[in-house]
Amino acid sequence: MRVDAALLTEVRDRFEHAVLVFLDTEGYPMSVATAYSVDPDRGVIGLDRPAGKLPASGSEVNVIFSHIRPQPEMGYDERRYVQLWGRLTEAGDRLELAPDRAHTWDEQKVPFFQYSEKTVPQAHRYMEELSERQGRRVKPRLSFGWLALRTTRAPFLSATIIPVVLGIAVAAHHGTWDLGLALMTVLAASFIHLALNVANDVFDTLSGADAANTTPTKFSGGSRVAHYGLVSLKGLALLSALLYAAGIGIGLYLALVTDFWPLFWLGVAGVAISIIYTAPPFRLVHRGLGEISVGLGFGPIMVLGAYFVQTERFAWEAGFASIPVAILIALILYVNEIPDRRGDAAAGKRTLPVRWSREAVVTAYIAAVALTYAAIAGGAAFGIIPRPTILALATIPLAVKVARGLREHYDSPYTLMTFMGVNIQLHALTGGLLILGYLIAIWADRLMDSVPIFLR
Amino acid sequence: MGLLPDPIEEVLNAALVCELSVVNAESRPVTHPMIPLFDGEKIYMTSSALFSRKLDHIRANPKVAISISDLGAAHGDAMLRRVTVQGDARILEDDPHTTWERILPLWTAKEPIVQAFYEQRVALPLFWERALIELTPRRVLVWEGGDTSRAPEIVELEEASR
Repeated sequence: MRVDAALLTEVRDRFEHAVLVFLDTEGYPMSVATAYSVDPDRGVIGLDRPAGKLPASGSEVNVIFSHIRPQPEMGYDERRYVQLWGRLTEAGDRLELAPDRAHTWDEQKVPFFQYSEKTVPQAHRYMEELSERQGRRVKPRLSFGWLALRTTRAPFLSATIIPVVLGIAVAAHHGTWDLGLALMTVLAASFIHLALNVANDVFDTLSGADAANTTPTKFSGGSRVAHYGLVSLKGLALLSALLYAAGIGIGLYLALVTDFWPLFWLGVAGVAISIIYTAPPFRLVHRGLGEISVGLGFGPIMVLGAYFVQTERFAWEAGFASIPVAILIALILYVNEIPDRRGDAAAGKRTLPVRWSREAVVTAYIAAVALTYAAIAGGAAFGIIPRPTILALATIPLAVKVARGLREHYDSPYTLMTFMGVNIQLHALTGGLLILGYLIAIWADRLMDSVPIFLR
Repeated sequence: MGLLPDPIEEVLNAALVCELSVVNAESRPVTHPMIPLFDGEKIYMTSSALFSRKLDHIRANPKVAISISDLGAAHGDAMLRRVTVQGDARILEDDPHTTWERILPLWTAKEPIVQAFYEQRVALPLFWERALIELTPRRVLVWEGGDTSRAPEIVELEEASR
């Protein structure tokens, strides 16, 4: 079987020298650099004859072409190599290799992180065999702090803190404020959020979505702690149950000290959505309903829940205020699903980026952020939410940056990662500015006898 | 002077990459680009559990060779000679989480960014589960000026390494 002519053309154009490798008479590999030429049409590599003893004509040899570019500050980059195997024959005063097998890696085509993800099964096999050789269980590990952070994905808690604090701010604007209840609300919602993160990893591992995804980024692809063998599935399930228990326990306490049933049912809805998001048989995220579920859970349910704990009633304003953060949190999931889409599709996880074309995905993103800002501008203009919340429009440039990033880097997971980060900032900053808008209105109410219209 | 002649040590200390050739189960050579690390006596390379097939081959057949063939693959001036080292390798992997860490200073001297990656090992945990490949040199072939069309100078080290 001949090696692909395109690969041989690449060998011709992108390397400076070859290294011929063969076994010497003592059985040691012998490697020697030499100049080379390539005839892609004939499928052969011509090699200058190095001095010294060479293998007999017709011997199986290995030839490698390797390149790096030194970078004094960091080490090097542009790592690439092509390795060929085949029979070496005499060709006049030169040697000729007709390769029949190749192995290649080019970090500009397959980024190192992706290359590493593809070889996770090799690492598991190594660990298992090492365990057998050593007669003890050898597992990959991380320090407790890093493992806890990775397993729970705690840095994503801003998705919870923003809507809960927004709900509390709306309540404070309506004249009700209790610090103890506020802290307990943040805690309960955070426990539920961490629990659902862990539960989702359990179900993504079981469904094969984690294994199928070879392009995870720091914002997408889940914690992968079970996939990497850092934590057992059983351990993850137990952790998730404990976190749910803590969140539900505090939530029940909050329901007991307020008007019980409205908060109880709101909590049931939130917990149920978080579980059926990836749990069979519902698997909302597999049905293209993940974004709406996340929007509901981290939008109206959290904002209204936090508002209710403070005031023991619901208010349209709290519901309206939740719209921008609901859309933006759904968009975090939506954008993070873009690099995951091939793995998700392979695992039957039919998210919106799996279902829709690139153009549709980007257009829908733009429409959704436009709706977000329209809600903020309209709400503030018509006094549905306090006018200082108009400050949140200051994040429009970030939304534009993300939309441009999606257009230009849609198929490049690791370049897209920058814009995924900006998209997360977009949610946190917009939510933060909405909260600031409320605080300005609250302070204006308390400090001014006659509050001007733009501060109301 | 250490175990190896100074000009060879210079190359080992300067080279950012070498080609490590091992022998697979079918008695065929397989080659992997690696970073050669020299502590004055032995040559070390480190392999992640993610790319551990070479370790299986070495375990089955410890005869290996490294070649330093890219004269420009160094920080600063280009290297003056090409070098191939044949020898016997052994794998150090008592604890894949920590055993290899003793060569970290040698590694970061050649690839400074590794220190930052190491401190953020949470980002790619399996990459940092590693084995150390220790190569005891047996024979060194040196091509001055990198010209392999001329016979190499051969340094036999069998006696010295005992």
